Amino acid sequence: MAVEVRIPTVFRKFTGGESVVELEAGTISDLIDQLEARFPGLKEQLLTEEGELHRFVNVYVNDEDARYLEKLETKVAEGETVAILPSVAGG
Amino acid sequence: MKYKSVLDTIGNTPLIEVPRLSPTEGVRLWVKLEGENPTGSVKDRIALAMIESAEASGELTKDKIVLEPTSGNTGIALAMVTKIRGYRFTAVLPDNASAERVQLLKAYGAEVIFSEGAKGTNGSVALAQEVAQDERYYMPFQYGNPANVEAHYRGTGQEIIDDLPEVKAFVAGLGTGGTLTGTGKRLKEHDPSIKVVAAEPELGELVYGLRSLEDGYIPPIFDPDILDGKVKVKARDSIVWTKALLEREGIFAGISSGAVIWVAQRVGERLARDGGGGDVVCLLPDGGWKYLSTEAWTEDLDTAETQVEETLWW
Repeated sequence: MAVEVRIPTVFRKFTGGESVVELEAGTISDLIDQLEARFPGLKEQLLTEEGELHRFVNVYVNDEDARYLEKLETKVAEGETVAILPSVAGG
Repeated sequence: MKYKSVLDTIGNTPLIEVPRLSPTEGVRLWVKLEGENPTGSVKDRIALAMIESAEASGELTKDKIVLEPTSGNTGIALAMVTKIRGYRFTAVLPDNASAERVQLLKAYGAEVIFSEGAKGTNGSVALAQEVAQDERYYMPFQYGNPANVEAHYRGTGQEIIDDLPEVKAFVAGLGTGGTLTGTGKRLKEHDPSIKVVAAEPELGELVYGLRSLEDGYIPPIFDPDILDGKVKVKARDSIVWTKALLEREGIFAGISSGAVIWVAQRVGERLARDGGGGDVVCLLPDGGWKYLSTEAWTEDLDTAETQVEETLWW
């Protein structure tokens, strides 16, 4: 039933230090609502006021950046993994 | 072949088919070996382009010191180009960059300023911007310099079209975004159906851990809309595929090359499923030489993984 969501260090102050949270399957939007219900305050860290993903936040479903899938409407099925990571540069 | 200068040997890198790394029948994988550039990485292309454009615009004059934040390759390339063109050069480098990178920079006569390793390349950018307030410096700034994108548009992208006009997909690492934006733009002009996919490193917890979101950085030259997909790759998978390149095809490439090959496996499988396969070009940004100290090829996978994660491999 569960989807594993990996929480980056910067957001663990909201999750009481938990690095992996198990949620019910659904779209990324659904998952963010479930996170907010359990850890109030987290949603506004992830989404802008307009309800889009914050530009420095990347959400990956099975390692693929959701911006290039269906964005917040990307469906996450049981057994799939979600990772939230800040963007980084190289070079 | 005869050349007047080592600078004339930049670009026109070999494109090599790697049949033993093809994910499935009907998908042909090709690697573009950027390690064949004179300082051993793709960054020679942009170093030359940035210096030439700054000379042409008059921003760079002989009294200036060139300064650049870099995880290594751009610094080494700029050290070479500035040496030949007669400028002093200072690199701002995270203090966890591999030892070989620091040695190479010093060999080319560069001065090195270290930034805090835990802050990664973002930390180098911030420190370099501070130092560059001093007007004795000229900072090409690869993250914001259009000459970076242009070098890939005119060079890398055009070379791929010349060598393999039937290309269906292009995979490269996401660093400054210059390779993907420039090459991707040229390829899509040639054929809008070509897929452009980024491989992105999943760095160690330590690198992310000490950051706040405000430290997030998206290079100004990167055009996210050019991409059709972006896939993150763990250090471990990158090592596995970097070793596979050597073991199956005799190609000795840097660690991030393995990440590109790993993503190309997914891209190739998708091509086979959706449209009967085709040719996938993987850009391998550098050779393996600068990563020997990580023992990626000589140690067991667990040890290699730890040692790669402790260094800056992207």
